[in-house]
Amino acid sequence: MSASAPVATPAQAAAPRGSLRSTRGRALILAGLIMLGLVFLFGGDTWLSVLDYTLVAAIATLGLNVLTGYAGQISLGITFFMGVGAYTAAWLGGDPPVLKGDPAGLGLSFLIWLPAAGIVAALAGALIGPTALRLKGFYLGIVSLALVFIGYYLFLNVRGITGGAQGRSFPAPGFGSFSFASPVPVFGVQLTSNQLYFLLLLVVLAVSSVFVGNVMRSRAGRAMRAVRDNEAGAAIMGVNLFEVKMGAFILSSFLAGVAGALLASYPGFAAPNTWNLVLSIQFVAAILIGGVASVWGSILGAVFVFALPQVLETLSQTQSASSGGIASGDLNAIIYGALIIAFLLFEPAGMIGLIRRGQMLLRRFDDRRKGGQPARVVASSESESQLDVESSKL
Amino acid sequence: MANFIQLVFAGLSLGCIYALVALGFTIIFKASEVINFAQGEFLLVGAFIASAGVFDWHLNFFVAVLLAIVVTVLIALAFERFALRRMIGRPVFSIVMITIGLDVILLHGVIVKWPQGNRSPATPFQFVSGIDIGGVHFGATDLATIAVTFAVCAILYVFFRYTRYGLAMRATALDQEAALAIGINIRTVYALAWGIAAAIATIGGVFLAMNQPTFDATLGGIALAAFPAIILGGLDSIPGAVVGGIVIGLTEVLTQAYQSSFAGFLGTNFYTIAPYLLMILILLVRPYGLFGTRKVERV
Repeated sequence: MSASAPVATPAQAAAPRGSLRSTRGRALILAGLIMLGLVFLFGGDTWLSVLDYTLVAAIATLGLNVLTGYAGQISLGITFFMGVGAYTAAWLGGDPPVLKGDPAGLGLSFLIWLPAAGIVAALAGALIGPTALRLKGFYLGIVSLALVFIGYYLFLNVRGITGGAQGRSFPAPGFGSFSFASPVPVFGVQLTSNQLYFLLLLVVLAVSSVFVGNVMRSRAGRAMRAVRDNEAGAAIMGVNLFEVKMGAFILSSFLAGVAGALLASYPGFAAPNTWNLVLSIQFVAAILIGGVASVWGSILGAVFVFALPQVLETLSQTQSASSGGIASGDLNAIIYGALIIAFLLFEPAGMIGLIRRGQMLLRRFDDRRKGGQPARVVASSESESQLDVESSKL
Repeated sequence: MANFIQLVFAGLSLGCIYALVALGFTIIFKASEVINFAQGEFLLVGAFIASAGVFDWHLNFFVAVLLAIVVTVLIALAFERFALRRMIGRPVFSIVMITIGLDVILLHGVIVKWPQGNRSPATPFQFVSGIDIGGVHFGATDLATIAVTFAVCAILYVFFRYTRYGLAMRATALDQEAALAIGINIRTVYALAWGIAAAIATIGGVFLAMNQPTFDATLGGIALAAFPAIILGGLDSIPGAVVGGIVIGLTEVLTQAYQSSFAGFLGTNFYTIAPYLLMILILLVRPYGLFGTRKVERV
């Protein structure tokens, strides 16, 4: 299954002792790639569409992790930026209207509309950013929640671009006559549209992950974490709060915009209620469950939150006779809610924390086998990153 | 003029429901600095049990409401005892997320238990009953909503001002360590906060359901509409929750009535976002709401 794909690599992959350099790390990555490859080749449309959806969600989760995980600015409004990105893409890339009343479209290339979706969403983020200078913690969280509702209202009413309540069609990515949405032979192998999308999304996610990972290891990334851990302290140390918060909002919104455009162009359709609060909350759940302030945590969290319910759904459909009258969707939702609670209770550092703990155990086991001293458990600064809004009293 | 008074009355009644919802948020936030995202589902569970009590189990209205209160309070206490108590010292955001987990479970639990969807609300009134004064119709449900809200506020006022546990809760909200030092049992305080919030949520849910001829599982979503109210008044202020709720209720109703004639270009559903816009405006001037406590930050 896709869930096991990125298991091998923690966020410290670039550290000297990173898992990329160890035999076991390399073996796990290889195993993950083979799993992905198997799903790619033999998964069929059901599993591939789950995988594609998860990859898109992972891009947005990464974006939210920049803002909330690294920079500590609580946001429940990510779907607003996704919506802005998606409608930018639809306006630039959509087919020109045929009938009067059709939503507008300029018919531009994919290479224009995908970056533009990110850029316009980033501009929207830059507009919202200054608010974060004044508001803290939950006050900012609720204002960002208001963005989702304001966005819904705007998307309903700007019918010329969004198509109003009925929604509108979205352009499929493609170059010239080649389109990711239609099956084509590549090097003599016939690929389905799901497989093509998978390749595209994997590339976009990989580029975003490497970019975010590098930014977070730079001066800007350290400044963001300083602001998260102690805003007043960071300001005293000479961190420019305005720059850092704006930077986080812009980068986060850019990724959200790109993810929004891809999310809508994959099924080729979206209505204003696609960009709702529940989706926003799912992204927050993804970063908390996967791991706050971690690139791999974002991806694992997206797998848990967006792939797992669909996997449960697909599995329970194959044996729905045994469910005993309860709609499987509701049962899955209850399991999902219980899993969220269990994860937060028993593994506060998220899935990435679980994996790090597993690695620690393995390392200790190795050392003992070699007869050396058991490795000391050294808490790295990375694994300690928590999202401490106003340190909990509870 | 009669029309205006009618609208103000409707806004006041809606605002009182928001105030009841907001009170639940505020009491929990004051005690533990956590926003309980499951508050909306406490409304839902309360309303469903009250309705099932009256129509399925043929109980008296007041017995049914009491039963609903008992059940929601027990859920809240169990959640506090078995989940939240283990989260002490964890980042606030994780605790908020865990309440979202509870929200998901409660919502779908209700749907599984009562799959048929639409239900009639439990109510002691005829839907259209009420009194008419000078061309203004004061509906019985609305009057009862306002009266009960004020009664709840009065009880809370007395509780927080004069009783032992009320004082303990205020002391904990003010300074947790100092409260511990003088022998206040913080766990009792948290349990009390959750219990009170759940009870108020049930009352709010019952009145909210009464507003329409039927209601379904989307009822809990109304808690989201109370967010502007709690932020407007200040997250940690109980009077702020009531004032915020009423301001938001009035804003929503008056915008809905007058916006089409003054600013029709804004579209038909502008009233749904008017409370949020008002909230953002007020926050830009006062970042901690109207009555919220400004935090002093230490480095």
